[in-house]
Amino acid sequence: MRMELIQPFINAADAVLAETLLEGRVVLDTDVPTATAIASALIGSPVEENDPSVKEAIFELANLVIGNAVTSLNDQGFRFKINPPEPHTEDKGLEGTEDTEALVMSFDTPSGSVFMNIAMRYNRRRRQEREAVVSG
Amino acid sequence: MEQFAALVRSKDKQPIRYLVVDDSVFARKNVTKMVESFGGQVAGEAGDGCTAITEYERTKPDIVLMDITMPQMEGIEAAERIIRHDPSARVVMVSSVGYQENIVAALQKGAKHFVQKPVKPEVLYEVIKYVMGDDAVAVGAVTSGGNQ
Repeated sequence: MRMELIQPFINAADAVLAETLLEGRVVLDTDVPTATAIASALIGSPVEENDPSVKEAIFELANLVIGNAVTSLNDQGFRFKINPPEPHTEDKGLEGTEDTEALVMSFDTPSGSVFMNIAMRYNRRRRQEREAVVSG
Repeated sequence: MEQFAALVRSKDKQPIRYLVVDDSVFARKNVTKMVESFGGQVAGEAGDGCTAITEYERTKPDIVLMDITMPQMEGIEAAERIIRHDPSARVVMVSSVGYQENIVAALQKGAKHFVQKPVKPEVLYEVIKYVMGDDAVAVGAVTSGGNQ
């Protein structure tokens, strides 16, 4: 059977039977000298490694990247709510899970390498669960 | 930074007073630097929506520059509460999240305009001129020590 005849039924069933919720996190991962160099560039003057403005600048960078990406995703029909950024300073990265798709990209900048770690998880709820949430 | 003609209040030729609301200290500093380059004066700062409301009451600014994504209370709700209490409040939303629903929601709550981050000084300047309307006038270039 031709796929284009089947696809509308799949789409309709998906819309009626299940709701796909997306959750995700984005990590901007970089070393301290690179973070300091990026912060200095954003601020427009050199800052020391232990200056609090380094963290503030990286937070704002994350906000800009995520905010602009979510704006674009929203135009494609994906709805996200953004939470304010949090610092993670451990050497070990955040662990993934079986149901989480993760992707790591490296950006080579004049200030050094920045790794962007994006993870998404699909939470599918059946119709009864969805109605229970709405009525509750 | 680009030179702008200083914007002052028409009624008394005093600097326009701003309340800058953003949970990011970096963003507040950045916006502060911009509005000072327009000849403005930061009357107060807030890092969340709740503080923004109390700071608005305390400082009575001419314009509020309000972020959206913030802890405790988000910017759209804070803008709504400020405008409900003072319908003449001029609130400009400044956010990196610029999709249609967000913009419409903010405007429906009474915000006057929306500026998407990263903020370009020339864009913010034009928005402030537009939002202030006849209540502001450009008087000359800004110097490092203040208005000319």
